[in-house]
Amino acid sequence: MDIELQRVGFSYAAGTPFEKRALYEVDFKIDSGTYQAIIGHTGSGKSTVLQHFNGLLKPTEGQVDIGDYRITAGKKAKNLKEVRQYVGIVFQFPEHQLFEETVLKDIMFGPLNFGVSKEDAEARARELITLVGLPTEVLEKSPFDLSGGQMRRVAIAGVLAMKPDVIVLDEPTAGLDPRGQKEIMDMFYTLHKEEGLTTILVTHSMEDAARYADDIIIMHDGKNVLRGTPRDIFADAATLRGYRLEPPRIVRFQEKVEKLLGHPLDTVCLTEEELAKSVAKHLPKERGK
Amino acid sequence: MDKIIFGRFLPGNTYVHKMDPRAKLLFVFGFIVVVFLANNTITYSILIGITLFVMLLARIKPSFLINGLKPVVFLLIFTFLLHLFFTREGDLLWEWGILKIYEGGLRQGIYIAIRFAVLVIMTSFLTLTTSPIAITDAIEILLNPLKKIKVPVHELALMMSISLRFIPTLMDETDKIMKAQMARGSDLSTGPIKDRIKAVVPLLVPLFVSAFKRAEDLATAMEVRGYKGGEGRTRYRQLAWHSRDTLALVVLFALAGVLFYYRG
Amino acid sequence: MTEILALNHVTFAYPSEDPTPRNAVEDVSFSVNEGEWIAIVGHNGSGKSTIAKLMNGLLYPQQGDVRFMRDVLSDENLWDVRSQMGMVFQNPDNQFVGATVQDDVAFALENNGIPYEVMVERVHEALAQVKMEDFLDHEPHHLSGGQKQRVAIAGALALRPKLLILDEATSMLDPQGRMEVLQTVQQLRAETGLTVISITHDLEEAILADRLLFMNGGKKFATGTPNEIFALGDELIELGLDLPFAMKLSRLLKAEGVALNGQNMTEEELVNDLWTSNFNA
Repeated sequence: MDIELQRVGFSYAAGTPFEKRALYEVDFKIDSGTYQAIIGHTGSGKSTVLQHFNGLLKPTEGQVDIGDYRITAGKKAKNLKEVRQYVGIVFQFPEHQLFEETVLKDIMFGPLNFGVSKEDAEARARELITLVGLPTEVLEKSPFDLSGGQMRRVAIAGVLAMKPDVIVLDEPTAGLDPRGQKEIMDMFYTLHKEEGLTTILVTHSMEDAARYADDIIIMHDGKNVLRGTPRDIFADAATLRGYRLEPPRIVRFQEKVEKLLGHPLDTVCLTEEELAKSVAKHLPKERGK
Repeated sequence: MDKIIFGRFLPGNTYVHKMDPRAKLLFVFGFIVVVFLANNTITYSILIGITLFVMLLARIKPSFLINGLKPVVFLLIFTFLLHLFFTREGDLLWEWGILKIYEGGLRQGIYIAIRFAVLVIMTSFLTLTTSPIAITDAIEILLNPLKKIKVPVHELALMMSISLRFIPTLMDETDKIMKAQMARGSDLSTGPIKDRIKAVVPLLVPLFVSAFKRAEDLATAMEVRGYKGGEGRTRYRQLAWHSRDTLALVVLFALAGVLFYYRG
Repeated sequence: MTEILALNHVTFAYPSEDPTPRNAVEDVSFSVNEGEWIAIVGHNGSGKSTIAKLMNGLLYPQQGDVRFMRDVLSDENLWDVRSQMGMVFQNPDNQFVGATVQDDVAFALENNGIPYEVMVERVHEALAQVKMEDFLDHEPHHLSGGQKQRVAIAGALALRPKLLILDEATSMLDPQGRMEVLQTVQQLRAETGLTVISITHDLEEAILADRLLFMNGGKKFATGTPNEIFALGDELIELGLDLPFAMKLSRLLKAEGVALNGQNMTEEELVNDLWTSNFNA
């Protein structure tokens, strides 16, 4: 399912003395099946943009196409709810949305809202709880008896249970320890590959964008200002810094190594493994050993 | 929501803004009493005059006032009509079936409407020109004597200021949870009432859970920072009484005197 | 060296219906000397947050004791100890008590009955230390997470504490906020020699410390300098922690056959090592 934003503008509290402009002429298309990263510093408009992907916010200017649905500024949107089952959003700290008596019921909440039968919803919950790395016994527990990390996984299962075509992730690893962060990111990547999902990662982690994304959109001051593959984007560190963003640590370190070598490496490296190989190739051969 | 003026604070640097919140509170309470002295054209004109004067002094736009009165306009019209039709004094002005309007009724209706409007406007001046926390401080200090009869004035004031501090945080939280549940297909704005009430549960439960968590964290943080009740505490927020505050109260007394003199 | 805080064979279990409850903290001993920066690391559930609560008397150990300036922490000296110990928690929103920045910084001062004139001076001084002096009258919801945490640090500093405890104070912040807070702490240490205990799972924060206490399953797994602890390598990874960036890269480089001498915790060390091992025979 493609998502296309055309000249989208958005203001909070539009038409009141407290109006606050958040987006200006945002224009981009996310192709079906892409792992898309959207990066920007706090206040760049990335959180506002993500709420347009399933009609939680309606543009005050321009239009948004979500598959065959079109949301146009100023027109009343129909069937918004229907759109929402195709685009699942995992909000920042999604564990805050848990409310049911049991984990099972909470995971079933989304599917039931979209008219899935009770049996199917329960089957999905049983399947997903394992997928997010939790034992099936958890299903009968109250979500509030779980640890923070476990609650996060339950909430994620609750979004996946809607079987969305597009999954939007808003800082999905915030507050987790390093192991938890890696497990969650790897899980989404596997899902992306295996289920052919469109994944939209909204983040300020350059490291995650470099490692997982096919394509990166940079937001700055309410506009999309830059777009390209991670390699293209991170090759131009100066431009990034102009948008108050630091390139990933690996790229910053490559800059230091290049200074030491006195010449650039072949290409911008996106992972530690890649950089290690590239550096090994460029170092003078070992002497006298 | 954004259009409601009553209870909002508009920061500024005017004479009224700079007044001690205690003086403003006392003035408004005094004013509420004094208003009831008015009972004829002169005295009501004086009330309108003093209200306009405060408005100019606080540099509040008249459009703001009109907006501010909007939520109570129904009440205003209702009281007006009540007096219009049910006060039977003076000459009969108009008659249609059982509806009769007397001169006294018209007069009384207008007076009551003015009294009501002036009260609402004066109270909104208080909140428009005084930050909620300053009002809390003023209430705490003014109620201090009640401590003698074991009223927990300090605790009440602290509760009030913490509530004020957390209103924006909880508003954001509500918005966030609502969006998260809407993204899961929950529908708060359409469908039969029964369904809508049911749809509130997924919003309220997380909100309560989060509010309790916040309360717990806050209590811990306060304890660690040495909070052990009001005893032995000093105050960082100081209120300073200036001559302008005394002047405001003198004006209030003068107003009472003038109204008393001119009332019929 | 003056000992500021010490845990002696501390064991603690949360009340539970289970007849044999698992100890959240088991037989942990360590001490912190004046001027040191100690980081307590471990994955979620390793017992590190419980240690934080034991250190300031929010919990009391069932066995062993906690000593502050050599005095055993008890109900008698609790408030006195707390006035000498600043603490910053994880959630920036949930520890902001005041209506504005300066009110919040003054909160602990008010609680301790400090006279008004002294308070004004201390509030300004503390806010200058965290570079938030231009935000005196700002309300919390107009501040970023990093700014709120700096205000919380100022709130702790205003009482001129002997010890500052950061309980996962950076874990909810974005990279910029995290950097702001860590820079603030480093600069404070440079200027005042403040003793710091930081409880964290952020390794880049941990390598800034003088010593690490590595917790696992409620027990002390290891203590030592960051260099010693991270030399454990794979063992750390198995226990749910990662290695600092420069170390991970060093290991990969060595695997590619690049000559390196040390394990290189920081980027600077790695760059120097690359230089001396490969160019400067």
